[in-house]
Amino acid sequence: MDINPILLLAAVMVASTPVLLAAIGELVVERSGVLNLGVEGMMITGAVFGYIIGHGSGSAIGGFAAAALAGACLSLIFGFLTQFLLTNQTATGLGLTLFGLGLSSLVGQGATATYPVTVPRLPIPLLSDIPAIGPILFNHDAVVYLSILLIVLVWFVMFRSRAGLILRAVGENHDAAHALGYPVRLVRMAAIFFGGGCAGLAGAYISLVRVPQWTDGITAGAGWIALAIVVFASWKPFRLLIGAYLFGGVTVLQLNLQADGTLALLDIAIGLLAAAAAVVWLTRSITKKAAAPMDNLLSVIILVLSVVYGLLRLAGMQTIPIEYLSMLPYLATIAVLVGLRASNAPASLGKTFHAST
Amino acid sequence: MLRLEKRPQPSTFWTYAAPLVAVVVTILLGMALFASLGKDPVGAIRAIFYEPLFGEFSFYYRPEVIKKAAPLILIATGLAFGFRAGVWNIGAEGQYIMGAICGAGVALAFYPSESRWLVFPLAIIAGTIGGAVWGLIPALLKVKFKTNEILVSLMLVYVAQVLITAFSSGLMRNPEGHGFPGSRNLSQYPAAANGELFAGTGVHWGVIAALIAVAVAYVILTRHQFGFDVRLAGQSPKAASFSGLNPNKLVIISLLLSGGLAGLAGVFEVTGPAGQILGSFPKFYGFTAIIVAYLGRLHPVGILMAGALMALTYIGGEVAQDREQLPAAAIMVFQGMLLFSILGVDVLTNYRLRFGKNEVR
Repeated sequence: MDINPILLLAAVMVASTPVLLAAIGELVVERSGVLNLGVEGMMITGAVFGYIIGHGSGSAIGGFAAAALAGACLSLIFGFLTQFLLTNQTATGLGLTLFGLGLSSLVGQGATATYPVTVPRLPIPLLSDIPAIGPILFNHDAVVYLSILLIVLVWFVMFRSRAGLILRAVGENHDAAHALGYPVRLVRMAAIFFGGGCAGLAGAYISLVRVPQWTDGITAGAGWIALAIVVFASWKPFRLLIGAYLFGGVTVLQLNLQADGTLALLDIAIGLLAAAAAVVWLTRSITKKAAAPMDNLLSVIILVLSVVYGLLRLAGMQTIPIEYLSMLPYLATIAVLVGLRASNAPASLGKTFHAST
Repeated sequence: MLRLEKRPQPSTFWTYAAPLVAVVVTILLGMALFASLGKDPVGAIRAIFYEPLFGEFSFYYRPEVIKKAAPLILIATGLAFGFRAGVWNIGAEGQYIMGAICGAGVALAFYPSESRWLVFPLAIIAGTIGGAVWGLIPALLKVKFKTNEILVSLMLVYVAQVLITAFSSGLMRNPEGHGFPGSRNLSQYPAAANGELFAGTGVHWGVIAALIAVAVAYVILTRHQFGFDVRLAGQSPKAASFSGLNPNKLVIISLLLSGGLAGLAGVFEVTGPAGQILGSFPKFYGFTAIIVAYLGRLHPVGILMAGALMALTYIGGEVAQDREQLPAAAIMVFQGMLLFSILGVDVLTNYRLRFGKNEVR
């Protein structure tokens, strides 16, 4: 197979978009001090409504709007339960996922495409003509641009506006924010609503663009991966971009490996990963004087595994059963969680707020 | 205006009444849902809650309810320990699948053997260890690297699902299966079969194990130091750390325990009702068990009753599919609503409803 790196990198951007959208919504929610574990449920609800409305009306915009609304409405259940009935956020979020999975399966019964919907590409004039970078970055559909725009917007509102300051204050210390007279519950409800809308959009991107079809469980854990990426990003918008594209890279790599059948692509990827691990170890041991293997466990693990893989390849290993490759995105998510410890979490995250306490 | 006032102590009355109110609320919400789907709401509720127990074909449905309840109770009992201590094992589904894979793997390794006293116990041990090890991964990562156990255990569910699908068409495929995916049928392999112990009752070894687990959990929770530690860690993490409780130990033990029990449930399921390793191996017990644990108020006896009720909604859901053409997914929505109701009604246990404005203090 010919590997076209430009197409590959362009595909990474598309593959990352749903996770990115869901994660930026959840980032806002978590910054307001609420842990909504129902992302997967809101996403899949968005996916089914986006698919049905999009294909029922023949309008992609209608589909995306309906999906965002569906996700946001579902999130209101979570908001009502956690903010007004003071339920445990972890359990309620899980409940939202279970409920969303059931609801989407119920709504999606026999959902088939009546009008085929294509989301048109919008090449950005001039910029998309730049060789290599143009096709990778500037020749996508509107939702890809929207996802990046949202990152910038969230960053701006959160760190450069009064509203963002209040949101962060509520997330860091809800009692103090309450004492200052900020409407804690209202702020949090707004954040939850926004997060639900983003998750709904993310789901619709899967069912309208990435997979273009509807099947039960189509989101396949993307909502959970979005949650992991928020942790990876240390609740910072621009680091989210790195995390989501890393994940998208693994997904695209895995899909290409399945289609390819040879291991050339995996050889390159593992070679690069091993080199990166070695560089990280080296720089750490120079700058921080931390050269001991235990201090660089992730690098050591990656290097050892790469050596094992290299030996297997030298011994004549030709293929990996393709089924096993679909584990890669999930394993990569675990590796990322292990490698980068969470810090900087909003102090009130997951705590129930009640004015009397 | 309506407002909530914190009770000095949780209300004893509402502790017991809340689950009942939640069930009633869910039934009302469910009736609204079924009516909106154009089905007869009363008929559907009757099909779910009455027909399997007392209807014309209850002799067939009752054993099925018991078979469904056993894994739910086993898994939920294990989860309850962790939930009480604030350790969120959400990956019970993965631990359950790994238990089934390991148990079935050992049983299949001995395939033509006839010594039941060797194969069946070995399969059970292997399955329990398989589930426990799968639960140990998020525990160790949490202790060593402070990763979030919710996300790691969940990612491992997807990994386990890939593994079982891959094994069913590769490593463990039935050599006499004409190339179809799926392992040998273990329920037809006498040395490993987990059949009914008393004909027509639905009681298999998994049911016995579930009852034992509930009894042991009850004793541990009320009479044993570990149960006290768990409750202390859940109610007041600060007090727990002052009393010298090691939170890491608690994380490891609760995940080992819940993983092992989920694995155990997996073995009994794969050697009994399910019969084989297959990509469509009965799914969702691990997730439904979360609802069961909450509905049972994280208490072993409550979980026993909640598991039976949840199993009833499964079987009743099948009856309603036949009688009222109720879509299968409607029952999932119904179960989700049950979890929302139990969580929502719980507010009355810790808070009092008051009319009027907040007093100035």
